Amino acid sequence: MSLRLDDRDREMLAGELGPATALAMRIVAAMAEAAGAERLLDITGAHIDGCLYHGPVGLSFAARLTSDGARVRVPTTLNVSALDLLHPERVRLADPARSEARRQMAAYESMGCRPTWTCAPYQLPDRPAFGEHVCWAESNAIVFANTVLGARTDRYGDFIDICAAITGRVPATGFHLDENRLGSVVFRLAGFAEGAPHEEAFWALLGHVVGTRSGNEVPVIIGAPEGVPEDHLKALGAGAASSGSVALIHVVGTTPEAPTRQDALGGRPSLRTIDIGPDDLRGAAAELTGADVSGALRVVSVGTPHLSVSGFERLTPMLAATRIHPDVTFFVSTGRDVLREVEERGWLAAYRAAGIRLVVDTCTYITPVLDPEAKLAMTDSAKWAWYAPANLGISAAFGTLEDCVRSAAAGRVIRDFGWLDG
Amino acid sequence: MTSAGWTAEGRPLLAGAASGPALVLPEPLSFWGGVEPATGLIIDPHHSAQGRRVAGRIVVMPHGRGSSSSSTVLAECLGAGTGPLAILLSAPDGILLLGALVVRELGGVHCPVVVMGAAWERIGDGDHVSVAADGRVRVTPRVAGHERGR
Repeated sequence: MSLRLDDRDREMLAGELGPATALAMRIVAAMAEAAGAERLLDITGAHIDGCLYHGPVGLSFAARLTSDGARVRVPTTLNVSALDLLHPERVRLADPARSEARRQMAAYESMGCRPTWTCAPYQLPDRPAFGEHVCWAESNAIVFANTVLGARTDRYGDFIDICAAITGRVPATGFHLDENRLGSVVFRLAGFAEGAPHEEAFWALLGHVVGTRSGNEVPVIIGAPEGVPEDHLKALGAGAASSGSVALIHVVGTTPEAPTRQDALGGRPSLRTIDIGPDDLRGAAAELTGADVSGALRVVSVGTPHLSVSGFERLTPMLAATRIHPDVTFFVSTGRDVLREVEERGWLAAYRAAGIRLVVDTCTYITPVLDPEAKLAMTDSAKWAWYAPANLGISAAFGTLEDCVRSAAAGRVIRDFGWLDG
Repeated sequence: MTSAGWTAEGRPLLAGAASGPALVLPEPLSFWGGVEPATGLIIDPHHSAQGRRVAGRIVVMPHGRGSSSSSTVLAECLGAGTGPLAILLSAPDGILLLGALVVRELGGVHCPVVVMGAAWERIGDGDHVSVAADGRVRVTPRVAGHERGR
């Protein structure tokens, strides 16, 4: 079967809606052909990763679209950039990259995208409803949309994201289709202390394991308590989409397409069942931690993906009760919309008093924010621990949020995973 | 011409003509984190071709791997003149296609992307490969002692 475009698609391709829409449709159609899609689908929204500056080609592409008059056809949010526009001094990026990064951000804004600058668009109002087709880029957002919201997005990235937003169309393929959303590998939790699944770090570590061991299959998690909160599912997805290429996880008893194991598997037998116990998560913590973390701790970074309001609700009293070590810089990354809400709630005074560096619009591992002399950092994020060592040339230690705060006070890494089985 | 060449019918994802020496990668390569745009050097420490360059080569591999950001890295390589001449794959890969397509749309270098199924395995590293606009791939094996494209 070959790709069948509808009349509207062909009008776009023919340039009847302008040259930018024609360019965008050429790219969407070529991607559909490559994937063997038979048709395109309407989307209700898009989340764009292409606004992060990587080099001159990405900027040229955005500039070409804007000079051709591109406008997005669906509500569209923007992922993180390389800059913090609210605290510009926090990013050490030098010109010309700095000004080019700013131009790239401006280009995407001028196409009608909302300047949300967050990797957690699911924390914004108006998020997609169950069953809606969207085009989301950014791996943690993709897995959250599919897993937690039950919205449908394939694994999109730079270039195709804005083309889908401009045309309002995506190839009918991948995770847009029922048959590709069924689970095929089961992870069975066993041997944990009853309280362990109530720790966010449990889910981050489990995500790391699930990503490493799922390959191209769709994972199904059984044996967790029902009603796992969104922050924990965020940690699960971000970990799995970093160590692997996971785009959808069924957590039986929590996520909308997995009321039961049978639902998650669509009545088919699973290909494999993998038992996961405390030692697997200890192993994950070791994989997410550098060989030697006994030295002086200089950096703690939390909020990857961006910290939610409920994340601030947990962190705020911990910080109020702690004095951060003078040699430690404590970073909290979040979205500007969440920051505004946290400010309105009156919680930011504790952060100012403790000297916490709040970072918005970007993240501490994708652009130079940390002290370049820092050698050792701690995080509660499996994603940060996975990417930061290579990106920043730093050694990372993974721990719980509580351990991060305790370590920040002590000026050295303190970790305890006894809660897994003790 | 006495060299024993052979041809295969490929399916162009991005049609175009190119010719040059093959860089055969037995395992998939993620451009993101695997190739340095400034040099076209393969930098993935886990990849068997680490230290070789994609620049000026017809890259032959089973399929792409990893992050969708590989589109961006391939595009930046092509923009910097450090990218491959063409990419031959066993199975379609939208992520690599996208990087090549965007550069083409911007009027930059043309890097054809062709799917050729199991025939990719017959291409030897350093063989001379010509890709035609219709997807036909012509391969002339590298003659021993005549280090083509090395």
